[in-house]
Amino acid sequence: MEQFPRRLLTVVTEAVLERELLAELDALGVRGYTITDARGKGGRGRRQSDWAQEGNIRIEIVCDAALAERVAARLRERYYDHYAMILFLQDVSVLRPDKF
Amino acid sequence: MPSLDPVIWFFVLGIAAGVARADLRLPAAIYEFVSTLLLLAIGLKGGVELAREGSGGLPAAELVGVLALGFLLPLPVYAVARGLGRLGRADAASLAAHYGSVSVGTFAVVIGYLAARGIAYEGRAPVWVVLLEVPAIVAGILLARGRSAGVAWGRLLRELFLGRSIVLLLGGLAIGWAAGPEGTASIQPLFFDLFKGILALFLLEMGLIAAAQLPTLRRHGLFIVAFGLLAPPLLAVAGALLGRALGLSPGGMTVLATLAASASYIAAPAAIRTAVPEANPALSLTASLALTFPFNIIVGIPLYERLAFALAA
Repeated sequence: MEQFPRRLLTVVTEAVLERELLAELDALGVRGYTITDARGKGGRGRRQSDWAQEGNIRIEIVCDAALAERVAARLRERYYDHYAMILFLQDVSVLRPDKF
Repeated sequence: MPSLDPVIWFFVLGIAAGVARADLRLPAAIYEFVSTLLLLAIGLKGGVELAREGSGGLPAAELVGVLALGFLLPLPVYAVARGLGRLGRADAASLAAHYGSVSVGTFAVVIGYLAARGIAYEGRAPVWVVLLEVPAIVAGILLARGRSAGVAWGRLLRELFLGRSIVLLLGGLAIGWAAGPEGTASIQPLFFDLFKGILALFLLEMGLIAAAQLPTLRRHGLFIVAFGLLAPPLLAVAGALLGRALGLSPGGMTVLATLAASASYIAAPAAIRTAVPEANPALSLTASLALTFPFNIIVGIPLYERLAFALAA
């Protein structure tokens, strides 16, 4: 079975940013993503998911390396200063390259 | 001293359980459901009262007066936060937006309080909530940003006006008004008879949420503690005086005073977080949730009631 290399970009950030971020991703040309509610602890303290104001979300995007870089650069430039946000990139393999 | 309404004890239980780190957490979906029921019930009740009164709605002076209150309340808050609190511009503006805007939870408690005492108030009171929610947030953003670019006003206002509380309150008002007292009889058991029970659940959750904010209080210093407890009664005076100028009943003055004293913890934090990102979100939210909300529902409302009746006499 042939496999194709792609990048997985994971963003963990404040739930309040969801709408704004999705508009940003669409504008950058991201074709698909998965969002889940998340909770955890980090540089800006413990974040619960049971109170929408304080909750976190995790956005996962599988795309080619160039787009992943562009998205990561844009989010870093725009949101790192004032919002709780972390990004990480991983190599993944996909079976249907036309989807990603 | 009248005994505490049982619903307030649910709030106290929530705080105690939260502080003790008891194994108690309502799922987020339950909180959403309970607050949806509350908002609809408040809207429906107001709509039915409007239909019963047969009035054409809100007098123009009241519309202007209440909107002006929403725009103006942030100004003294901002000045005090800058001057006495020595907060930065963004933090002071954020605090101003939170305290100028309103808390529907506090409104639910005050109408429950008045109903339990058999004190009448204007049926259109939920409209005041709708009118007071947004202007202060706009004023707060203007205080932080000036009229400079960088604020996506179109999207922001759309999100504010289409926020859950405004949609559900206005929706409930419209349905209640169109259906009238007879039409709403079939849904009365859920929305009216169970109101206090739903409010009790809501306050239990609010207690847990407020308790979760308490540990962050220490980080914010004395000013924010003093502000969270002293600002509400002072802002209440402005609300009560406006109520008297508008010729409201003592019950209505109590409601308007309570609304002026209350601080937002849903609409304002979300809007300010995206429009004024450099403001510290925990500062205003902690003051609003951990100090002002408990103060208002436990101590404030009976105080505002006395103030209203003293002004009316």
